[in-house]
Amino acid sequence: MNKGIAITGMGIISSIGNTVEENLTALKTVSPGISRIQMLKTRHSEEIMVGEIKKTNNDLEKELGLDPLHSFSRTALIGTIAAKEALENANITDVNKYRTGFVSGTSVGGMDTTEKYYLDYTETEEHRRYIQAQHAGYTTQSISDYLGINGYVSTISTACSSAANAIMLGARMIQAGKIDRMIVGGTDALSKFTINGFGTLMILSDSECTPFDDDRKGLNLGEAAAFLVLESDAVVEKENKKVVGRVAGWANANDAYHQTASSSDGEGAYLAMKKALKVAGMTPVNIDYVNAHGTATPNNDLSEGVAMTRIFGEEDTPLFSSTKAFTGHTLAAAGSVEAVYSLLSLRENLIFPNLNFKTKMKEFSLVPQTELVSKEMKTILSNSFGFGGNCSTLIFTK
Amino acid sequence: MSDCFINGIASISAQPTTDPNTFLDEIIHYQESIFKAHDPNYKEYIKPAAMRRMSKSVKMGVTASSIALNNSGVEIPDAIITGTGMGCKQDSEKFLENILHNDEQFLTPTLFIQSTHNTVGGQIALGLGCKAYNVTYVQGSASFESSVMDAKLMLSEEPEKNILVGGIDEVAKNSTMLHKLDGQIKADPIDVINLLKSNTPGTVTSEGSTFMVLGANKVERSIAKIVDIETISRGGIEDVSIAITSLIARHNMKIDDLDAVVLGNNGDINFDLYYKNLQNSVFSETEQLCYKHLTGDYPVASGFGFWLGCKIFETNNAPDILKVNDITAKKYENILLYNQYLGKNHSIVLLQRC
Repeated sequence: MNKGIAITGMGIISSIGNTVEENLTALKTVSPGISRIQMLKTRHSEEIMVGEIKKTNNDLEKELGLDPLHSFSRTALIGTIAAKEALENANITDVNKYRTGFVSGTSVGGMDTTEKYYLDYTETEEHRRYIQAQHAGYTTQSISDYLGINGYVSTISTACSSAANAIMLGARMIQAGKIDRMIVGGTDALSKFTINGFGTLMILSDSECTPFDDDRKGLNLGEAAAFLVLESDAVVEKENKKVVGRVAGWANANDAYHQTASSSDGEGAYLAMKKALKVAGMTPVNIDYVNAHGTATPNNDLSEGVAMTRIFGEEDTPLFSSTKAFTGHTLAAAGSVEAVYSLLSLRENLIFPNLNFKTKMKEFSLVPQTELVSKEMKTILSNSFGFGGNCSTLIFTK
Repeated sequence: MSDCFINGIASISAQPTTDPNTFLDEIIHYQESIFKAHDPNYKEYIKPAAMRRMSKSVKMGVTASSIALNNSGVEIPDAIITGTGMGCKQDSEKFLENILHNDEQFLTPTLFIQSTHNTVGGQIALGLGCKAYNVTYVQGSASFESSVMDAKLMLSEEPEKNILVGGIDEVAKNSTMLHKLDGQIKADPIDVINLLKSNTPGTVTSEGSTFMVLGANKVERSIAKIVDIETISRGGIEDVSIAITSLIARHNMKIDDLDAVVLGNNGDINFDLYYKNLQNSVFSETEQLCYKHLTGDYPVASGFGFWLGCKIFETNNAPDILKVNDITAKKYENILLYNQYLGKNHSIVLLQRC
């Protein structure tokens, strides 16, 4: 088996909590964060349910102590909060003591500020500092500059699998000895752009989402940021670091079926899981639990479910659940949000429930884990899929 | 550690650069600060039915990748890695404007579907039926280089692979104009060929796409070896100089071993200082070449530098239009590329002739 890359810290902000421990409490007490939208003005506020962080941009910038003339979009603000917690959690005070890189996944970057100011840029000079801030790379650099990371900094944008790909890249770079330490994850704020985009695709649910349910109506969008600190074994040993868990398997495959829809045989998802197991040097029986992508769209849950039956066998699929009914689908951040949850599952030996499930899907016999349950686990597989056919799988170990 | 060879390359830019038999023989002069790519005949590469739905980015990306694959003799790559600074800006802009002008009503999904940064990578995969690794990097002017770094890493893990790597950026009507408002683009029209001597802030912009096929083994078609590549998110003028010197030293080379340097000068008086410092110090005795007075500047414009390097190796010649000092190399074996934008996203690349 692949020993994997050590994870020494994590940070998260989502609609169920502003820190790792707050998120854990919400998961343990089964307190989902799905509500009507309050922070963002949209004409759809009465039609959709979302996973929204109930803090204004003003609250967030105060917490970070930013200059009032900053050019942080909301995506950058929540990203900085989560990345800062990850560094603190990993007990890193001098970020440049080792070769340290930063990779963030985001789908729309600073679109939240662009859509606020786009029409008045010609009139209002003071807002023009946000023109550059629309770009995904700028969002990432707002965070890396705040943390003082100046070397390798990059952004991955593969829609809803972005953060999973960022974690994979970090693990690969450390494994190859290219770098000693990587802060990896993703961030996405709610925006009118994505709300209306997913709206036109008719995949937004008007009530709480119901992953893997036969009557599922679509997803709840969410906003979140989550980051992990990955460190080489040499650094772990030298600094006598506490290891939270390890990322031992990773893979990315393309469904090559449709720009936005997943194939009905789940080929991309199947290939991603298969290859991740290979990288980890494991077989399907090694997997104790699957944190599924499970967005609750008719298309995703069918495709992912079929792919799981192909990997594990319909009768032998391990316990699985989607945590999207807690947080909403946090798009580019989903892979790192669920990485944090997977690591918490390993630490606490708890499986967090798939909420709102009532009816088994017609197409297969898979039933998600619907109650909070305690189980001794060594290995968790986590899926993230996105537009463009992007399918990514990560495997975490104790 | 495996090597990394460029086994095929193609570039679409504001100049006619897709004819393999010419090398900047004919130069188009632009008189405005925002100009479009010189379009190849896309019909030769894309079926008409598919083309109708394609945005400019997708057309350029699919075409450049198709030429690069063809040059390399690889039919289906083992990974597709793309870079873009601003993604599919035209469709994003239209979708955003529809939201804002119609108060979030009367929207259709097509523009949204095509607005994601990974649209081009996804479309290439779909077109080829390629189910392999597929990732898109979006890191300003280091987007192309981020993709190359991933490919190089992958070749060290799995040397048998052929990897398709490319960059795409397009001009969009209104969002590109915004860069005039915030000073990134020069306010007044300019004779672009004189860009490097403009002495004013801001630059000029355009669009384009460069694709390469990379492999770990040297083959007959190999044009150049990517010896090393590095990106630096943020750094001062001195930091860059030190980074370049140490990158060269890592390969037991001296600055004298470089036959030419390809620099990303873009005529912005505030940030060309990064290049000028090197031109007047470490590179004072080296042939210096620039290209953004031909192509404009955009996040993946630095991909054009890779294409230039390959063309110079192939033809053993650097066209005069690129030269910014009086030194001409006797031979072209080692070429260094350096680029940055607004003092950020620096990239250093060492290319070696095959």
